[in-house]
Amino acid sequence: MVVDQDRCCGSGMCASVAPDIFDQSPRDGVVQLLVSQVDAGSLPRVEEALRLCPVAAIELARPVSVPPR
Amino acid sequence: MTEMIDDQQHLSEFPATRTSPFHPPHAYLKLQAERRLHRVRLPSGLPAVFVTGHDEVRRLLDDERLSADETAPGYPFLYAGAFESPLKGTFMRADGEAHYRIRRMLSKDFTLRRARELRPEVESVVGQCLDDMASAGSADIVRDLAFPVPSRTICGLLGVPYEDREVFETNTRAMIDTTSTQEQMLGAMGAIMAYLTELVAKREQTPSDDLISRLVVEELQAGNLTRDELVTISLILLVGGHETTATMIGLGTFALMEHRDQLDLLLADPEGWPIAVEEILRHQTIVQNPIQRAAVADIPVGDDVIRAGEGVVFVLEAANRDPEAFPEPDRFDVRRSARNHVAFSFGAHQCLGHAIARMELDVVFRMLFERFPTLRLSVPVSDVPLRPNTVGLFGVDSLPVTW
Repeated sequence: MVVDQDRCCGSGMCASVAPDIFDQSPRDGVVQLLVSQVDAGSLPRVEEALRLCPVAAIELARPVSVPPR
Repeated sequence: MTEMIDDQQHLSEFPATRTSPFHPPHAYLKLQAERRLHRVRLPSGLPAVFVTGHDEVRRLLDDERLSADETAPGYPFLYAGAFESPLKGTFMRADGEAHYRIRRMLSKDFTLRRARELRPEVESVVGQCLDDMASAGSADIVRDLAFPVPSRTICGLLGVPYEDREVFETNTRAMIDTTSTQEQMLGAMGAIMAYLTELVAKREQTPSDDLISRLVVEELQAGNLTRDELVTISLILLVGGHETTATMIGLGTFALMEHRDQLDLLLADPEGWPIAVEEILRHQTIVQNPIQRAAVADIPVGDDVIRAGEGVVFVLEAANRDPEAFPEPDRFDVRRSARNHVAFSFGAHQCLGHAIARMELDVVFRMLFERFPTLRLSVPVSDVPLRPNTVGLFGVDSLPVTW
């Protein structure tokens, strides 16, 4: 997963649905990633964050990492 | 495009008048059901593309080919004689870096973290308002709760003495009333600007622990902001920070009292308030003046194309009733997941204060109905004074209640 900090408008919508994955910089409110990979269990919340982001600043760039069986 | 204005017969009045306090004007929903884009002529005489669909509102408001700069060719001014807004040249009417330069200076005071920090103060203010209501024995929700809470909150945040609220509460109303003349509008704005200019000068002498002081120290004195810019920013935050939330508290309380079954669900399960606040924002969207943009390049939308130089207006209250996004959109359902509504607009200009507004609404509704679970109107529904469609925000002017 990648976030575009230049695009980010600091709405914090992502951090409101997935506070364990996204945070806002205390300096300017811009998105900060707390993890670089998303596990399958968190995927629905990340997708919700993607859907709520007003500027499409979040991108799921790689396949979701699934824990080995 | 064969005919520029093809839809005027459906929109004889704009902004249209609501027939029910709880539903957007029928004319908008009829247009939405027909087609995704319409071309209309605004009261200003200017043409505009009229966008009512939820998906289109979201996609286009995040499209860089649409400019928020009111000097862009085709910018859809709404009203005759008002071809320049008080916001001209501010970050609200700027694109890209010019917008973000200012927004980034402000955002840290509007994060989720900041909203959480402000919560205890808001709870204490709401508690005082409810105590006063209890001792009075009856109340007008607008006067006694809806205005004091957001006014005190934004005053605290900015460092504006609450005793001075008359200056901005009265003049804000004149600014958003579209029947105000240009002179009245500029006069009202000038009064608040004069007040804030003085306040900024005071903070330059003796900074305090508030947003205006922070901007003075970090940005003005560092040469990143001019004094005029700082005063204008303070004006936008002060005006944008109280009337919007106040209006939503008034209308939201009205809606909850008149949808008793939904209120009972929340009284039985207070955990449901955050989700309910989203539904209140969606269902009772208060913004009556549409969001305005101008196309700076051609933008294909479905089978249609918005051409460079066309004005575009976004009707948020209609988008929030789009059945493609919200099944049975007219049903007020406090348990539905409505978070993707556009009551705070969308795109880079989404309301800066949304996290604080959401927190305030949660605190107010939760505490009000917990304290007065039998809260009800003390006048017939038809006697509740509704604001006319000429005021930028739809709401009630007073809400007399008993319990």
